[in-house]
Amino acid sequence: MGDERLSVRTQVLLWTAQRASAVVLAVCVVVHLVTIIYAIRNGITAAEILGRTRGSYAWAGFYALFVAAVAVHAPIGLRSVLAETLNWRGAGLDLTVLAMGLALALLGFRAVYAVFA
Amino acid sequence: MSTLSVSVWRGTESGRFQEFTVPRLASQTVLDVVTYIQRTLDPTLAYRYACRVGMCGSCAMTVNGRARWTCRTHVDNVAQGERLEIAPLRNLPVVRDLVTDMTPFFDKWAGARGRFQGGATRKDDFARVAPGSPARQLADAGIECIGCGACYSSCDVVAWNPAYLGPAALNRAWTLVNDVRDTGNRARLAAVAGDAGCHACHTHMSCSERCPKQISPTASIAGLKRATMEAALKGEI
Repeated sequence: MGDERLSVRTQVLLWTAQRASAVVLAVCVVVHLVTIIYAIRNGITAAEILGRTRGSYAWAGFYALFVAAVAVHAPIGLRSVLAETLNWRGAGLDLTVLAMGLALALLGFRAVYAVFA
Repeated sequence: MSTLSVSVWRGTESGRFQEFTVPRLASQTVLDVVTYIQRTLDPTLAYRYACRVGMCGSCAMTVNGRARWTCRTHVDNVAQGERLEIAPLRNLPVVRDLVTDMTPFFDKWAGARGRFQGGATRKDDFARVAPGSPARQLADAGIECIGCGACYSSCDVVAWNPAYLGPAALNRAWTLVNDVRDTGNRARLAAVAGDAGCHACHTHMSCSERCPKQISPTASIAGLKRATMEAALKGEI
């Protein structure tokens, strides 16, 4: 794999996207945790949960946003971690973390669709 | 007379610590200790200093594991059980003993476009910069750097990412970004952005902790992150 570097502007925009997605994640994680604790403490069954999520554009929208933020945030962070720990830089690394981001998005959106449809 | 046990690095990248016993004196600095060793015990010891009063930035070494300016570091404040361990700065090639090659450090200042680029001619009037203006205040916060390399030596990101420009070069760039007379900021912001620039900083703040001049390169780097982000979003870099 070549040693091509992303342009400086792209590098800065990746950094910006990671910080912006972190803001979204901070809110989403709190809402998600509160939802889990509410569901567990009130003994809501799986069927009851599905009853609330199926057809709900609000829940589907919230978790789609959550998935999108994860799919943006995680690969950019992993790119820095791998560059610094393995001294791995260039197009090979960029394509690898891009594939990881796409996989996260695919798996996440599939899960959101499963509880919505 | 009380004495001090001193371990001093001898060699280059590979080498060993050599033990010396040095008389303990009142108000003794670490540089006094090294100078005593070189002048009295072993004239082959290589070290570097110039001004002895904290202005020139040439005497920084690793003292008991921390990068310090040795001319202004009192033994009283750093000796642990009347012991000192003195080594060259980290993250720089060792020329010999306590002398590091500062070339990569200053090459990165050049890489960060750390040189003032003016647009005025001798026919123009003096620039008038209000001392209290926000830009001047930001420049003032970082302008007293003496280039000792203590921050660079203390930075984890420099160790992990050899291309990283480092705290001192980025701090210098930030002072120029805030110099209203400078005309080179578009190219400067492009030079200091991205994976080898300010965006590589993890905000560990070791540089700010260790700077003998109490400068906060971390704050300067945060300023560069904001400025370069705005430039990138506007398509200027």
